[in-house]
Amino acid sequence: MKLLEPGETLDGFEVKANLHSGGMAHIYQVQYANGAPDPGFRMAMKVPRMATGDGAENIVGFEVEAQILQALSGPHVPRFVAAGDLTRVPYLVMEYIEGKPLQHWLDEARESRVRPSPETIARLGEAVASAVHSLHRQNVVHQDLKPANVMIRPGKDGIGGGVLLDFGLSYHGHYPDLLAEELRKAIGSPVWMAPEQVVGVRGDPRSDIFAVGVMLYELATGELPFGEPQTAGGLRQRMWMQPKPPRAWRSDIPPWLQEIILRCLEPEAAKRYPSAAHLALDLADPSLVKISDRAHEMQGASLGTHIKRWFKAAGMEYKPSPLPMEQIDQVPIVMVALPYKDVTDATLYSLRVAVNRALGSRPGARLACVTVISPSETSSTDAERSEGRVHSHHLERQKQWVRGVDLDGRQVSHHVLEAGDVAGAIIEYARGNHVTVIVMGAATHGLKLQAFKPTIPIKVAMEAPCTVILVKQELPFAQLSEVEA
Amino acid sequence: MKLALLSDIHANLQAFDACLADARARGATQFAFLGDLVGYGADPAPVVDRVMAMAAAGAWVLKGNHDALACHPPAVASDALGEMTASWTHAQLSEAQRRFLDELPLLHRDGSTLLVHASVDSPERWHYVHDGRGAGESLTAATEIAADIRHVFGGHVHRQMLYYQGQGRGLLEFAPTPGAAIPVPAHRRWVATIGSVGQPRDGRQEAMYALFDRDAAKLTFARVAYDHAAAAAAIRAAGLPEFFAERLSRGQ
Repeated sequence: MKLLEPGETLDGFEVKANLHSGGMAHIYQVQYANGAPDPGFRMAMKVPRMATGDGAENIVGFEVEAQILQALSGPHVPRFVAAGDLTRVPYLVMEYIEGKPLQHWLDEARESRVRPSPETIARLGEAVASAVHSLHRQNVVHQDLKPANVMIRPGKDGIGGGVLLDFGLSYHGHYPDLLAEELRKAIGSPVWMAPEQVVGVRGDPRSDIFAVGVMLYELATGELPFGEPQTAGGLRQRMWMQPKPPRAWRSDIPPWLQEIILRCLEPEAAKRYPSAAHLALDLADPSLVKISDRAHEMQGASLGTHIKRWFKAAGMEYKPSPLPMEQIDQVPIVMVALPYKDVTDATLYSLRVAVNRALGSRPGARLACVTVISPSETSSTDAERSEGRVHSHHLERQKQWVRGVDLDGRQVSHHVLEAGDVAGAIIEYARGNHVTVIVMGAATHGLKLQAFKPTIPIKVAMEAPCTVILVKQELPFAQLSEVEA
Repeated sequence: MKLALLSDIHANLQAFDACLADARARGATQFAFLGDLVGYGADPAPVVDRVMAMAAAGAWVLKGNHDALACHPPAVASDALGEMTASWTHAQLSEAQRRFLDELPLLHRDGSTLLVHASVDSPERWHYVHDGRGAGESLTAATEIAADIRHVFGGHVHRQMLYYQGQGRGLLEFAPTPGAAIPVPAHRRWVATIGSVGQPRDGRQEAMYALFDRDAAKLTFARVAYDHAAAAAAIRAAGLPEFFAERLSRGQ
């Protein structure tokens, strides 16, 4: 379709400015033509260059994007406004996202010849990973994440929440995949494409984690882990080849960042982060990163390793993916709220039993222990009650408690939060860290007031963004104490 | 128009009523019954009565292989499951009901929507559509009837599946999630098997049907819980083979 000029209207929308003319589509800033006020945000219109008559297959990506955008919600995708009839006037009107594409940080680093700090990279990465997780929870896999498709909203130090754009190659678990064909072929952008995408697997959320890894790698090193392959053979390299470790490019990259990046870039999806929530958790607090050998590597894998992987990759076959939501449900982040007063051994024991049950036999599950203390517990004048001391006391209690949990190699982290509103702090932590299930005592956190007002467990159960397990203390303990008395 | 598509009711009155109520609650404005009203189940006469009343009020009804069999049961029933209940069903139906079944059409077309019991490819031969190839043959036959056919809906195979054109030449198979409204825009061609109301066979007890919102171009496959124990009890009370009763609780 020809370029629209400012002032022209299309299906009730008036073009204000041409924002971008890409290879596939023009993007305009638009407003309602009848003078109606904007819907509370600025609007952008995307019009494909190809008209329907030019061959329907060229417009499939546009059709996919229109379908998927209408099915998505939340702060990490542009809000949908309108879609034109594909056979008449194909267009898509959506929220115009204020902010900068991730590409901006890459361009800035190239021009200034200064790489972004590890902390900046982690914050950008966390914003992107959180957005990606939100997408996966809606049963969508993006399949084409790259620095031009990821927007960062304005925020503290210029980094706010992440917003994902361009769903033309995306996969929705509840919709027929219009991009599929009997002979599976690679669909995606060669630089960021995951190995399984190369052999035509669609719908695996871990493919998006690989793409995030490629972006983090470039942010950290200024290089692309697998270059820009031009041939099918070049594309297949990533199925067995480990990229040059980031620290081999720049020795000042901290081991934790290399660990995160290389874990995202594992050729086998099962060896990557099991969900974007797990990745976001590590990026939010690098001290949680479980450092392995790969954090310290200064050169790539040996020839022997590559040959072994090559044989493994040669046998890689297409397997249909289960629904994205079902996949991430298998790798829950379990949060346990450990009370620090009014708590009996019986309750602590029962919490442990419940946590073991919630972790189940899932190897990818992860545990976060959280204690919320009152701000009055710490003091800036009394050294005995200094923040550091009080926190380390509670962390030590958590570590003792967790010894009875059957972790079996699964990752655990410890957190002490200070807040007057305990329920609010628990809910906020759960929301901010994409917690899958909260385990807490049914009668802890304000036991004495139980009869008079909604207690903390009730508030958490009502407002939490996830499942809440309220644990009752096991009977034998209660009987035991009665006998003693 | 919101078109409720129900097929393979198989004389299961409890499942049929549950699906009708669900479709009405979801705002169905037109009903279509894609054949096999009878066979296997204990209540052929009440089911056919309801369908005849709805047909008089404008519902579309097609003939299925079990309906044909109940009108003309084989003189000597073979061991085939379908034939075992045909004579019994025949005896349950009134002359008027049998005539109604016997005169049902094999196809119904409404605009770009084509309905059939099994496959549009020789509908009287009841070909099974259980893969992309079978769906493709049905679709090819449909476009020979009218080039502008976009949606072909059938039953017969007792499972819910959507077939569509991907990037390749043949039709691809998509297993729907019950309750999800799937966009099925009319610039593409679609074939759907909508499942069985009265005899689910995918290991779940819930009755199956589908709702096609033609204006929004969305297709929703539905599963509806019903009193399968009562349906099984009715089969036992009628003296029909235990197998037909027992399979309802297993959804097999």
